[in-house]
Amino acid sequence: MSDFEAILKAYERSGGDPNFLRSPKVASLVISGNRVLGANQVPGVRIEPEEIEHGVRVKVIVEPGTRLDVPAHLCFGVIPAEGVQEILPEFEIGAGSRAEFIAHCTFPNAVNVRHLMEARIHVGENATMKYGETHYHGEAGGVEVVPKAQVTVDKGGHYSSEFALTTGRVGKLDFDYVVDVAAHGVAELVAKAYGYGNDAISVKETIRLNGEYARGLAKSRIAVRDEATSEVMGATEGNAPFARGHVDCIEVVRDRAVANAIPIVKVRDDRAYVTHEAAIGTVNKKELETLMSRGLDEETAVDVIIRGMLAG
Amino acid sequence: MEFLLKTEDLHLERNGQKILRGVNMGIAPGQVYGLLGRNGSGKSTLAYTLMGCTEYTPDRGRIIFAGQDITTLSITERARLGLTLAWQNPAHFEGLKVKDYLTLGMKDPSLERLEQALSAVALSPSAYLERTVNDALSSGERKRIELAAVYAMRPRLAILDEPDSGIDVLSLDDIARLIRRMAAEGTTVLLITHRDEMVPVADVAALMCEGEILRVGEPQTVREHYARRCRPCEVATLVEAPGGVYERL
Ligand SMILES: Nc1ncnc2c1ncn2[C@@H]1O[C@H](COP(=O)(O)OP(=O)(O)O)[C@@H](O)[C@H]1O
Ligand SMILES: [Mg+2]
Repeated sequence: MSDFEAILKAYERSGGDPNFLRSPKVASLVISGNRVLGANQVPGVRIEPEEIEHGVRVKVIVEPGTRLDVPAHLCFGVIPAEGVQEILPEFEIGAGSRAEFIAHCTFPNAVNVRHLMEARIHVGENATMKYGETHYHGEAGGVEVVPKAQVTVDKGGHYSSEFALTTGRVGKLDFDYVVDVAAHGVAELVAKAYGYGNDAISVKETIRLNGEYARGLAKSRIAVRDEATSEVMGATEGNAPFARGHVDCIEVVRDRAVANAIPIVKVRDDRAYVTHEAAIGTVNKKELETLMSRGLDEETAVDVIIRGMLAG
Repeated sequence: MEFLLKTEDLHLERNGQKILRGVNMGIAPGQVYGLLGRNGSGKSTLAYTLMGCTEYTPDRGRIIFAGQDITTLSITERARLGLTLAWQNPAHFEGLKVKDYLTLGMKDPSLERLEQALSAVALSPSAYLERTVNDALSSGERKRIELAAVYAMRPRLAILDEPDSGIDVLSLDDIARLIRRMAAEGTTVLLITHRDEMVPVADVAALMCEGEILRVGEPQTVREHYARRCRPCEVATLVEAPGGVYERL
């Protein structure tokens, strides 16, 4: 099997549709380890990758005014059991454009894999960027994932991202996104993870609402079982008049797992309004017993409830 | 008579309060058994005890289902024997679709059965199958979905805890129709209610008061007794009967 086929197979296992990566009509980027196996550009979208020692630096430029009808598909993977992968993307989403990115990160055989992502994202005036990232890590728990992003949203821009690591082991996750939002801009961050074994989850979401009427939502849905741990820090700052933000965190804990939530809310303008809710607890007893009264055993019922919470 | 469900002298105390005080009941296979009682008489507690919920293990007595002593079985084990409960105030589930919720308990899931179950509770399948069983549903919609889930499961015994109470619930006629459909498919029904208008649906009725079953018999007779003699259970164990004398019901 070629490297390209191997990574496509892993991509499929992590929930991706490989046809998107083969189609010339779809913007795509395929990276295995530190090698670029495919980069497809479409009108209005430039993808400029450069291989570096342990990974790839890449510029993704969406020209102003571009409307991307089909999402761009990105695939990052490490097939061997060991390795380091550094992805350094720079996204430039031009004014008035609209683009969606669907990324799959797959480390199916990982025993000792480190995946670092340091993204810089600029969403131009009145531009919209949607970014979804789904991970699949295999069952060994030998992955360390460090996704970091610094996002700037210009006036009237809209940035939303959803990060999901809910199938296979998490390993160690250290997620840290910071978004600065200008007037009338919107930022929505969603992070979902399901840890078990001795997985360790850390999620930091920071949204700074710096312009008038900027809006932000920092949402997280985390479940931990066995000896897994999770720590969620959702921070929102209302720094300008009429900025509105909300931090929404739910963590479900089972067995000997430990969960922490630290919502941070700062308001620097008395016309800004920021709220937070955090709920940490075990699976609701009534929900559990309801599913059991339909014949599900306790384990399955817990899983159905957690999967639902992660899907919600 | 061979009962499908029989309880013998069930007692249950919660937080120092005696809630079930020796419940003896027998439900014959195929029967619709109407359990009538004022709020607070212990009906839901009995339902949870029959279903095997945690902290509802009887202090005394036995529960026999289809000839088997199920008093110490788990909820799951009871459900797998064919016993289920439509909860009075059903739980909401974030992220769980109606179609998946209904499918959970079905032995041979099919789209046809899902649609049939929703139609049976007067909900349009096309509008509800893809919805989520979360708190965006009204309490009445949620209760209908609960009944649909129980119907879809084709249990041997369905405990329906107050299917008729609340806002936007099924009409009495629709509940009666649903219960007849369940019975026609071989489900025995324990219908719990505090509304005496519901009683004519039943083949046999029982009156519950203060954690005891005081009267069992013809639905009409029990209904009349309840309507005439039974006051809301505010007056502890004694009820003032017409004529000024205090008597136990
Ligand atoms: N966990 C509990 N601890 C103490 N008392 C309870 C508990 N649950 C219910 N009760 C009391 O038991 C009685 C019966 O309640 P319930 O079974 O809900 O009645 P019904 O369903 O007939 O309205 C009521 O007086 C109620 O307040
Ligand atoms: Mg009740």
